[in-house]
Amino acid sequence: MADPTPGAAPARRPASAARIIVRRLAALPFVLLAVAGLTFLLVAISPYDPNSAYTGITGSISEQTRQEINAAWGLDGSTAEQFGQWLGNVAQGDLGHSRLLGGQPVLDEIASRALLSIVLVMIALALVLVGGLVLGVLAAAFRDSPLDWLVRTLSYYGTAAPSFWVGLLLLSVFSLQLGWLPSGGSTDVRSADSGFVDPAHLILPAVTLAITQQSWFTLYVRNTVLEVLRDDHVRFAEASGVRRMAVLTRHALPNALIPFITLTGSHLSELIGGAVLAETIFGWPGLGRLTVEAALAVDIPLLVGITLVGSVLVVLGNLVADLLYRVADPRIREGLT
Amino acid sequence: MTAVTTTDPVLTRPPRWGRVRQVATRPASVLAAGVVLALLVLAALGADLLRPDTGGVALDEVLAPPSLAHPFGTDEIGRDVLALSLRAMRVSFAISLLAAVVALLIGVTVGVLAGTLGGWVDGALMRMVDFLGSQNHFLFAILLVVLFRPALGAAAAVCLSVALSHWLVLARIVRGELLSLRERPFVAAAVGGGATRVRLVVRHFLPHLAPAIAVAMVLLLPHAIFHESALSFLGLGLPPHQASLGNLIAAGQRSLLAGAWWISLFPGLLILAACVAFGTLGEYWRDRHQPRWRGELEL
Repeated sequence: MADPTPGAAPARRPASAARIIVRRLAALPFVLLAVAGLTFLLVAISPYDPNSAYTGITGSISEQTRQEINAAWGLDGSTAEQFGQWLGNVAQGDLGHSRLLGGQPVLDEIASRALLSIVLVMIALALVLVGGLVLGVLAAAFRDSPLDWLVRTLSYYGTAAPSFWVGLLLLSVFSLQLGWLPSGGSTDVRSADSGFVDPAHLILPAVTLAITQQSWFTLYVRNTVLEVLRDDHVRFAEASGVRRMAVLTRHALPNALIPFITLTGSHLSELIGGAVLAETIFGWPGLGRLTVEAALAVDIPLLVGITLVGSVLVVLGNLVADLLYRVADPRIREGLT
Repeated sequence: MTAVTTTDPVLTRPPRWGRVRQVATRPASVLAAGVVLALLVLAALGADLLRPDTGGVALDEVLAPPSLAHPFGTDEIGRDVLALSLRAMRVSFAISLLAAVVALLIGVTVGVLAGTLGGWVDGALMRMVDFLGSQNHFLFAILLVVLFRPALGAAAAVCLSVALSHWLVLARIVRGELLSLRERPFVAAAVGGGATRVRLVVRHFLPHLAPAIAVAMVLLLPHAIFHESALSFLGLGLPPHQASLGNLIAAGQRSLLAGAWWISLFPGLLILAACVAFGTLGEYWRDRHQPRWRGELEL
């Protein structure tokens, strides 16, 4: 991160925070339209029939009743008409009613569950950040030592191990065998004054989710730090007598933070998928568990609603990553690259 | 094995012992991965010979921990978990392989269309690939399975859903390779010789793409195995009577409270072993033949 050489004009005007926000938010309707179109197309070509799914009766009602229900629900129009009608409803925030939850509006249920998932993903990201920085820097600092070997091996197997299985192992050891941590739910239902989230209940699902993303980040930090340690400015710092610890934390670490933000942005949609598995194992009542409940009950409006909201969350997450990127990387802030 | 380019020094050596040396000089981890994979495949194929029956319901042996008679223990109705695991592994491998093949067909078709037709077709297809890539493929897979299970049956729906959520990488690689292939002199020569587009693709492009496709296939398999078992674990995949490794792990979860950790542990270890072995071999072949795919083809 050298000072800009005098006379060298910035290649591009730095994108202001406001412009980043406007650009991302302007893309949001198009992303939503594309997701809506894709999911509607899939539902339309699948054999799923809303009429029999919602009345729960096949064959036992007369054709006339069937058509009356179809007409009442707007299912008698062409596919294009139905899509237009549905899109109009979605634009007004009406994602339909859930069959699983006794006719509740889909959006209300998703909204009430989303926060729990966001909390879980945030805590998991914090664990990934701290764990990756500590392990990655240690592995790089003690390169080719047994510690380095251990970190690399665990990271390699960590990518290949199925996350739901790792979650079950953690559950089995820490909650069932040792009895240290609760095995499910977000709060202790036995205590009357249990708050929104009990931290003890958060640990196992968050760790399970973090493990799925830990490996690539740890290895990335290790490689970045090894690269930075060979850099001239680090060599200069070492030569002028700065202690090794200070070299690592002051010069090597900030460089490893930048890829964390970029890569977290691109891994965000994977985290949502990981949350589905982690929440199911530990009974965490967030969006992921709702997804599985909806899927098992063939509750298509709820499932489609979750898909749409998931896309919005990914776009918003990328927006946050873009903004943080500016904070972490002075080159972007000054428009040098 | 992937096709090997003729500049490979090992191949241009006289053949005697060449093959053996070629295999033996590989890194130990690659050899180990090959051995593990061979053992797993043999065990899956020979499940009926190794453990002829699952022991049936044996109420006097319910939830027995691992022992000599039952190396993986028994489940909640006294069946041998080893026998169940081997059969489940066969199902998992078959479904994952089929899903990878379908993903390959879709990916290669889209990639070839985009790479040879170019222009707005290329633009539209690649926009679609980028858009799908930005979406969560696991949620997408769940939606697909739920929608198409009634019509296609569980096994085919799982295959379709895994394939439809995993062909993007292949399309990107095939298109990228084609864009550079198109500029090579032999293509101009073939066009000058009157080759049609179809002939170009079949006789000139696809043989060049074969190594890339083979490596991508091997690297795709761990993903396919993971997604198949994750869907089955959630109860959205295969029915219990066609259990895959994911079903077994889910069944083990129910017995965890009774202290029976072995029902989930061993099937998971098999998934881990298979994924590490496929990943190690795939990455080795990738780095050996086509190091520039590093960024695109990751485990």
